Amino acid sequence: MLSEGGSFMKGMVMGGLFCLVLSFLGSFSPSLESSTDDHHHHHHVKAQSNDELTHFSDSQMQQLISEVRVSCIIMVQPKILVYWATAVDTWSKHCDKAVFYTSESSKALEAVDLNEKDEWARLRKALKHAYENAGDLRWFFVAQPTTFAIIENLKYLVLTKDASQPFYLGNVMKSGELEYVAYDGGIVLSYEALKRLVHVFQDEAKCPERGRALWKLSEEKQIAVCLKYTGVFAENGEDVHGKGVFNSKSVDSLITDSMKDNPTNVVEGCCSDMAVTFNGMSPNQMQVMMFGVYRLRPYGHDFHDSLTFYPPEGSDND
Amino acid sequence: MTGPKNLESRTKHIRETWAKRCNKVLYMSSVKTDFPTVELNVSEGRDNLYWKTIRAFQYIHRHHLDEADWFLKADDDTFVVVDNLRYVLSKYDPEKPWYVGRRFTPFVSQGYMSGGAGYVLSKEALRRFIKGFDTGQCTHFSTIEDMALGKCMETMKVKLADSRDVKGRQTFHPYPPRYYLIRQQPRPRPWYLIYEHYEPIEGPGCCSDFVVSFHYIYGVQLYALEYLTYHLRPYGYKHRFNPDEETELNKEALVGV
Repeated sequence: MLSEGGSFMKGMVMGGLFCLVLSFLGSFSPSLESSTDDHHHHHHVKAQSNDELTHFSDSQMQQLISEVRVSCIIMVQPKILVYWATAVDTWSKHCDKAVFYTSESSKALEAVDLNEKDEWARLRKALKHAYENAGDLRWFFVAQPTTFAIIENLKYLVLTKDASQPFYLGNVMKSGELEYVAYDGGIVLSYEALKRLVHVFQDEAKCPERGRALWKLSEEKQIAVCLKYTGVFAENGEDVHGKGVFNSKSVDSLITDSMKDNPTNVVEGCCSDMAVTFNGMSPNQMQVMMFGVYRLRPYGHDFHDSLTFYPPEGSDND
Repeated sequence: MTGPKNLESRTKHIRETWAKRCNKVLYMSSVKTDFPTVELNVSEGRDNLYWKTIRAFQYIHRHHLDEADWFLKADDDTFVVVDNLRYVLSKYDPEKPWYVGRRFTPFVSQGYMSGGAGYVLSKEALRRFIKGFDTGQCTHFSTIEDMALGKCMETMKVKLADSRDVKGRQTFHPYPPRYYLIRQQPRPRPWYLIYEHYEPIEGPGCCSDFVVSFHYIYGVQLYALEYLTYHLRPYGYKHRFNPDEETELNKEALVGV
């Protein structure tokens, strides 16, 4: 009797240990064996200054402007129809191309119906579709409609960056050893990064469609893990002063923080003048934000920016 | 216009933001403090608002008349874009009797300006307001400050300016942005647009790019609007509304000939 109980206990312990080891391996992000030497660990990508831009000739500037075109990949669902409609009517109009990818179609709004319930599988399909239909677009912005984006400032951030180099930018977070871009602040991928990502999707060992781990990683972390295998690392998007331009919080939330942290310098201590994204605003707040970003301004303040972005056709709220 | 209990929660933030852009700012209260506040011999409370306003303008007329051409009355929960206010006022002569703000229709036959949205008196209008009370032509006949002041303006033959931009969009607003900017189906006037003199527009066409004021704006909202107005912008964006651009181009064309 005693020996049976004993082997049972041994079996339980062995099995338990085995399970733990398996699930640990499943979520383990291996350090990359440097197959390439240019494994440059830039963790921050800063916009260029206005001064730097003056060194470009007019024709060089024209070239840069024509190349910095953004394809927006917006992941929607009918259950957040109001956000979806708001994204259609507000910031997404400033993308050179905006494609909405949904889990199931809605009669009210147009989207590519991926007919896929699993969020990670859906995101993979959307990225693949965007890559295959990229045309001559070289920058990709992935967001949910609960995020508000200022595409002109995204273009400014990546203006002098080479899209044939891998860039994976946004609001960088850290989870253990893994650095990843927060989904809710928007994810920016250069053409090269997207290409590598779509290719590593085919590797079921490195980047499985259905996770093997006991607990599933969120999509934002899965992207980071998969990209890491291809030598691409998350980089924090920042303005010339080192302030983050991708925000996972709303303007109100960031101001509230700043009122606590910098009571004598609330606005300057808060957010970048060149912010690209905010998250957590209601659809109505986003309508007001369109006005606040694209129209509201003090008369007589001129900026002498080095390039011009024109308002989109057929829009009345910007 | 403020009071002791709002200095920390509201007026302080105004002092940190838009008040700095005025040529001169005075904080009117019932109590003198190092904020600094001016003590008017009036109690706090909505019923005393018109007395407070009368005393405030009398104080300014007595001590500060020559320090400005235009006199803005605003509340401690108003957000003002002073640069845009200057732009609106630049079209009018301060030596003429002008009264500028968000025009309301009822109660006074020529109409009156919303108190909440803030209003501005030209130097001549201020002189006439003071004269009205000195001569008894204007009295404290009501506690409804904006309407009562509007009646005095009418009595003293002060004219109401049109503060809208060249596209007919409003600059002074008695409520926060969300009341006006959100798209609506065509509908009868909601309660907060009932008094409007000019036919109100709901949705993006409501409001000028060069907004002068919003009301019921506190703490976080105040700083958020300051950020959106003076800081956050889309790099390189060519705005649709450029009211002076055409005149500039015309000038160039003439010079060329």
